[in-house]
Amino acid sequence: MTKKGWKDIPIGGLIEKGGTAKEYKTGDWRTFIPVKDEAKCIDCMICWVYCPDSCIKVKDGKMTGFDLDYCKGCGICASVCPVKCISMEKEKK
Amino acid sequence: MATPKLAPFTGDEITAYAMKQIEPDVVAAYPITPQTEIVMNFSQYVADGKVSTEMIPVESEHSAMSACVGAACAGARTMTATSANGLALMWEILYIAASTRLPIVMPVVNRALSAPINIHCDHSDSMGTRDSGWLQIYCENAQEVYESIILAVKIAERADIQLPVMVCQDGFITSHAVEGVEVFEDKAVKDFIGEYKPRFSLLNVEKPVTVGPLDLQDYYFEHKRQQSEGITNALKVIPEVFKEFEKAFGKKHDFVDGYRLDDAEVAICVLSSTAGTARGVVDNLRDKGQKVGLLKPRFFRPFPREAIAKKLSHLKAVAVLDRSEAFSGEGGPLFSEVKAALYDEKSHPSVINYIFGLGGRDIFEKDIEKVYTDLLEVAGTGKIKEKIHFLGVRD
Repeated sequence: MTKKGWKDIPIGGLIEKGGTAKEYKTGDWRTFIPVKDEAKCIDCMICWVYCPDSCIKVKDGKMTGFDLDYCKGCGICASVCPVKCISMEKEKK
Repeated sequence: MATPKLAPFTGDEITAYAMKQIEPDVVAAYPITPQTEIVMNFSQYVADGKVSTEMIPVESEHSAMSACVGAACAGARTMTATSANGLALMWEILYIAASTRLPIVMPVVNRALSAPINIHCDHSDSMGTRDSGWLQIYCENAQEVYESIILAVKIAERADIQLPVMVCQDGFITSHAVEGVEVFEDKAVKDFIGEYKPRFSLLNVEKPVTVGPLDLQDYYFEHKRQQSEGITNALKVIPEVFKEFEKAFGKKHDFVDGYRLDDAEVAICVLSSTAGTARGVVDNLRDKGQKVGLLKPRFFRPFPREAIAKKLSHLKAVAVLDRSEAFSGEGGPLFSEVKAALYDEKSHPSVINYIFGLGGRDIFEKDIEKVYTDLLEVAGTGKIKEKIHFLGVRD
């Protein structure tokens, strides 16, 4: 993509649309990746409550996985899980 | 011409009065000596229902400037005021306000920075912020403070500038002394500044925007280049605002204020209230036949290089008086920049520096006379014995 020059962009770092943080995939900052043991999960949603990046995917009352576009691998979900069904593993890149 | 009607105001009171007439949408401020009376008086106007301004009393100056940034991004005409350590506490957000191109106007009552603790006047607070991207106006007296605040709103909000402005006055000397000030009609002030039309508003759901995004190697430099252009534009277009001001109020403003310079051989260059004292000394020495003059820069940012060079380049010797020490080992900030301003001229005067008045140390006519005596010696001999002096300090 050709980048624009200083005369062709709005001043002050303004972007002329909202919700732009969504386009910046922070998941690539990750070193550790959460891995879930499906057999142990009780769908209590405590990980969903605590995840600071809203990366716990939920469907029909079930915890269905992680949004890896934004998960930074902080490990909070693994730490708060009452049944210890989430483990943090070194991600292979 | 009719004698103008003067009313008594301190520098702080006239600042609050100007803010009342401007009636910003939002004022977020924290009181600090010697700016306190600005916040106190303006809060009274709010409490009395004299203005419709949303006053946000905050818990610190960092919060004050942060709230101003938020309000300005919401599309509000926004003001605050501070001094010294309060300005220092705003530091991080000063840069964000300027870089986000928010036209916030902030009266600054100049006061020394700690340590040791001192509440009196010097310019180390605002001079420290000279690279923050804010425009800076320095005022000699209460009348200049009043007019400059009104002028600042117009300058800050111009589409081709869009930068915040500090309007500086000398702590206690100007802020607490009562002077006669000629005030304008409320309507005339409102008409001059006009309705504020923000560049964008976070409250406009029809036109959503992102403010303050992450801006890395790909675009940050372009945004800084634009900011540089904003400052260059300010130098070009501020004279248009001076003309509009003169048309509206019959008062002239300029980047610099020269006094008895045309046929002078030597001159002092100094900011703010000390220029008033120096003017008296110039008159006394002129009566004795000495060819002395004075230059008072009104703006320090943008730095009016051409205007300064034009006024000073024909002289034999110039003394720059700095009410702050830059701790570069090469004199005060005004000295460095005035000297650099003269470098490109075909001929230029010898330039020496006097650091004075730190922490509110008084400067007297005899001190300024001493500077002129030194200058006449430099002009006569063509030799500078000592480049940087400390005026009024005990050995």
